Amino acid sequence: MLTVYIFIVLMPLFGAIAAGLFGKKIGRRAAHWITILGVGGSFVLSLVVFNRHVLSGEPDFNGTLYTWAMMEGVRLEIGFLVDSLTAMMITVVTFVSLMVHIYTIGYMKEDDGYQRFFSYISLFTFSMLMLVMSNNFLQLFFGWEAVGVVSYLLIGFWYKRPTAIYANMKAFLVNRVGDFGFLLGIASILMFFNSLDYADVFHAAPLYADKTISIGGGQWSLMTITCILLFIGAMGKSAQVPLHVWLPDSMEGPTPISALIHAATMVTAGIFMVARMSPLFELSSTALSFVLVIGSITALFMGLLGIVQNDIKRVVAYSTLSQLGYMTVALGVSAYSAAVFHLMTHAFFKALLFLAAGSVIIGMHHEQDMRKMGGLRKYMPITWITSLIGSLALIGFPGFSGFYSKDSIIEAVKASHIPGSGFAYFAVIVGVFVTAFYSFRMYFLVFHGKERFQHSHAGDSRHAGAEEHGGHVDGHDHQHGHGHRPHESPAVVTVPLIMLAIPSIFIGGMTIGSMLFGSYFEGVIYVAPEHDALAHLAEHFHGAISFALHGILGLPFWLAMAGVWSAWFIYMKHPEYAEHIRLKLGPIHQILERKYGFDDFNQMFFADGSRRLGSALWKFGDAGLIDGLLVNGSARTIGWVASVVRHIQSGYLFHYAFAMIVGLLGLLTWIVVR
Amino acid sequence: MLSELPILSLVIWLPILGGAAVLFVGDENSAAARRLALVVACATFAVSLPLWTAFDGTTALMQFEELWPWIPAFSVNYHLGIDGFSMPLILLTAFMTVIVVIAGWEVVQYRVAQYLAAFLIMEGLMIGVFASLDAMLFYVFFEAMLIPMFLIIGIWGGPRRVYATIKFFLYTFFGSVFMLIALLYMYFKSGSFEIIGFHALKLSMSEQILIFLAFVMAFAVKVPMWPVHTWLPDAHVEAPTGGSVILAAITLKIGGYGFVRFALPITPDAAAHLDWLILTMSLVAVVYIGLVALVQQDMKKLIAYSSIAHMGFVTLGFFLIFGIMRSTGSVNGAVMGIQGGMIQMVSHGFISGAMFLCVGVLYDRVHSRQIKDYGGVVNTMPMFAAFMVLFGLANSGLPGTSGFVGEFLVILSSFKSSFWIAFLAALTLILGAAYTLWLIKRVVFGDIGNKHVAELQDVNVREFCMLALLAIAVLILGIWPAPLVDVMNPTVENLVRHIIVSKI
Repeated sequence: MLTVYIFIVLMPLFGAIAAGLFGKKIGRRAAHWITILGVGGSFVLSLVVFNRHVLSGEPDFNGTLYTWAMMEGVRLEIGFLVDSLTAMMITVVTFVSLMVHIYTIGYMKEDDGYQRFFSYISLFTFSMLMLVMSNNFLQLFFGWEAVGVVSYLLIGFWYKRPTAIYANMKAFLVNRVGDFGFLLGIASILMFFNSLDYADVFHAAPLYADKTISIGGGQWSLMTITCILLFIGAMGKSAQVPLHVWLPDSMEGPTPISALIHAATMVTAGIFMVARMSPLFELSSTALSFVLVIGSITALFMGLLGIVQNDIKRVVAYSTLSQLGYMTVALGVSAYSAAVFHLMTHAFFKALLFLAAGSVIIGMHHEQDMRKMGGLRKYMPITWITSLIGSLALIGFPGFSGFYSKDSIIEAVKASHIPGSGFAYFAVIVGVFVTAFYSFRMYFLVFHGKERFQHSHAGDSRHAGAEEHGGHVDGHDHQHGHGHRPHESPAVVTVPLIMLAIPSIFIGGMTIGSMLFGSYFEGVIYVAPEHDALAHLAEHFHGAISFALHGILGLPFWLAMAGVWSAWFIYMKHPEYAEHIRLKLGPIHQILERKYGFDDFNQMFFADGSRRLGSALWKFGDAGLIDGLLVNGSARTIGWVASVVRHIQSGYLFHYAFAMIVGLLGLLTWIVVR
Repeated sequence: MLSELPILSLVIWLPILGGAAVLFVGDENSAAARRLALVVACATFAVSLPLWTAFDGTTALMQFEELWPWIPAFSVNYHLGIDGFSMPLILLTAFMTVIVVIAGWEVVQYRVAQYLAAFLIMEGLMIGVFASLDAMLFYVFFEAMLIPMFLIIGIWGGPRRVYATIKFFLYTFFGSVFMLIALLYMYFKSGSFEIIGFHALKLSMSEQILIFLAFVMAFAVKVPMWPVHTWLPDAHVEAPTGGSVILAAITLKIGGYGFVRFALPITPDAAAHLDWLILTMSLVAVVYIGLVALVQQDMKKLIAYSSIAHMGFVTLGFFLIFGIMRSTGSVNGAVMGIQGGMIQMVSHGFISGAMFLCVGVLYDRVHSRQIKDYGGVVNTMPMFAAFMVLFGLANSGLPGTSGFVGEFLVILSSFKSSFWIAFLAALTLILGAAYTLWLIKRVVFGDIGNKHVAELQDVNVREFCMLALLAIAVLILGIWPAPLVDVMNPTVENLVRHIIVSKI
């Protein structure tokens, strides 16, 4: 079986190397074929693994590939842990990745960096698979940073754009802040468990439940500190407040990677990690409360920002932030399986929404401003229908995938009693309205209402900007003879949309029974009995259909409907109200526009602050104190040095060398004579 | 059979004599001089390989020993031998010299034979430093090594080379004088210059403290540690590319090597007493120097400061043992720290060498080291850009590259000593990435910055080869460090066992 696992990870890596190093030689077609075959092969093998470990109930696999290093009895290894959680993750990752690979053929058709792009996304798939298949913290960190690097490369894919290369550096650095905590968490694990192997650590964890460590004089619970440190890593990768600032900017990257990396897979790595670490997090209610509060803040406040965005990709980006907040909330109330369940459904419908947004962007000839769209349903029927499906799934319309996962989270929060759950319930329930509002604001603005594109084209600076950012756009526009009318995208784009729309509708209802209330995660996710919020739900669960029917009676459904109605009322029925409301809510709108000031603060305090501090240390410390006073100062004080320094020419260097040898011999002589 | 050959003597004297031969060929025959130098460098590397393949990785005892009386009157011996600490560094030296000879191939046109000879002689002397088991022999190599470096900076250096060389000289001379006194003191006490003998020499606490401080002065300057680091940026800026590569890749390592060969085993009690000093200096290097690196405008200065910050991990890793013992009552974790420091030395050899080569590649074309003179290099030099991004990521400690291994082990180990040491050390994740990626952003990415960048030619075959060799080394060490860890392990464990026994 090990061979199968190795093939799953190595096939995308092989594709990445082939397309990356030999892309010029093998050409565009070969590059996309070789990477698609690699990822497609991985997907097929993932299905084999899924069948084996989940459907046939084979025991989990936990084995070593090779020893990375070994010292003091600590084995640092590279190895695989394949259980039901891993099987689900690799299937989702390879499926979405495959869809994105196919979609890319259409989306990046005109781009000069075609082969490079395929190489990167395959490399990403490899890294992500290494992350989720890891059986130890070392490899987890490997995959963790590797996906971060590929994300860095992809956000900056259009390296000529100043905004892109700013955004990718920002993304990497903010992620590094998270990794800083994560690495300390791993160090803490190693110190107490003397192993980085999951199985060893989880097995021994209960023994350390009451252990305290002293930091800065105070005594702290070991598990609380460790889990919070690990969670800081998740906050970076899964973009939780206040480390969320990189994700909206990451939209500078091409849309396919926004779907793959910044929605479906990489950003959920933090959620996956915490779920994987459930045996540790269950030992600290404080850490869980921390997780819960951070998640709630993200879920609600990032959703609010989605309302004021006009860039279609940014709306989806803020929606991703908010949904990641929901998943984090689920983790906080120990509903790990609900978090992972939402991770899965979200991967499908959010990838769908992003790819649909990309399809709209192609159809609109690289226009991303929703104010210049409208009425597109006539021109792009497939994109329209699939977007509607994605939006309904996102707002949790009963029967759609997102409904099952989101409603479970809300119910679990309601049932939870850990500190912070009250606030969390408020956040997730208000969030439902907000989600529905911004989702359908986008949907209506793009697909319904007046066509605002024809007369907004000429002399528009934004559009010109979009054209300018890469030669890839121009050729595209001229090639199609139909000027600036929107058009439906080619099959390589629409087929992935349809393929993603199917699970966006059905996967939730099909799997909720086993994943949340069945034995799917048995032995994988551990929940302490006193935290088990889902157990309460399980009592009332009588199948997916009755769950959906029951949902229609629930508060969340009516809030979502209210959101949809409000969006329709404000943006379709009375478009003039939008401006009116914006003016009325001036200051609040300002705060939202400024994104609560996180970016300004970070720029001022961290970026400029560290630069200023660096300059000061350099000028006063190095140049002033050390060189000025000590080095050159002592040189001045000692006369002979000063005179040498004044008169020195390069020829004198030989003299120095000579003097040193003479000095050495002199010393030896001195020893002899003595 | 193989072990009968005096391999260590060969790897020391082959490049020195080869260097003399290159000198003899003369600057007029530059083509012949280049070819001969490459042959010598490759031959030396080939000869050094048995040191790895025939190395017994299960013992901490000295191997490949050679012992001849040199100045019998003072029992000074020509005594060579290597263990897990010195062997990897000797191979690194031999490897990097090959790279440097390739790097200078058509770039250096002024006094070619002398230039290449200086590097070959330098190589022999540096290997001599790592292989010496006699303190006086060590000292001779240690000082003699400076001469070719002076010449390299002084003759082939930039406009302010004289200032840089004098500064370099003053610093290192200042440090090594104290070490010489310490070595002589121990000679009088033990009647021999055997370094291994010094390890067993009983010393009182006050003696140890003085000797320890003497070593710190000598080696801290070499590493260099804050606050005796200011010679390094100046030396790097003025040195020719090859000089910077050797300076960063090898000479700095002699400082780190000195700590594990001399300071720790000879004066363990003083080291335990004064470990806070080294830890503070190391952490200041990581944080303060990291911030200083952020604001550099000159690429070479930036990489020089980055070197200081990275070398901070070496000394940090070496001196964690005492804190670990105090906080946990056992030495568990100390091996990891020292291993981390050693791996960081090897890795930094590759990465900093590669970074300086990258700057050299750009400098050869544009004749500027200023960041602002670049921008959008990727447009005209895509292959070069790929290398520079890879090395930049390695410099910021990306897992899968060698830059990660040492820092990771040191941070894991430091957590056992104190949360706050780990906290400060781990800041490198952010700072290291910040200064490196900001450099990359300004130099490599973006639209074409000016007409010089527009005219750039991508790397040629020669440049490709040297960068590719280093890239492979960086990746292999990052993906599979076990072979390196394994050969060093008995030596490191032995050192830890030795340190915890008081010598008073």
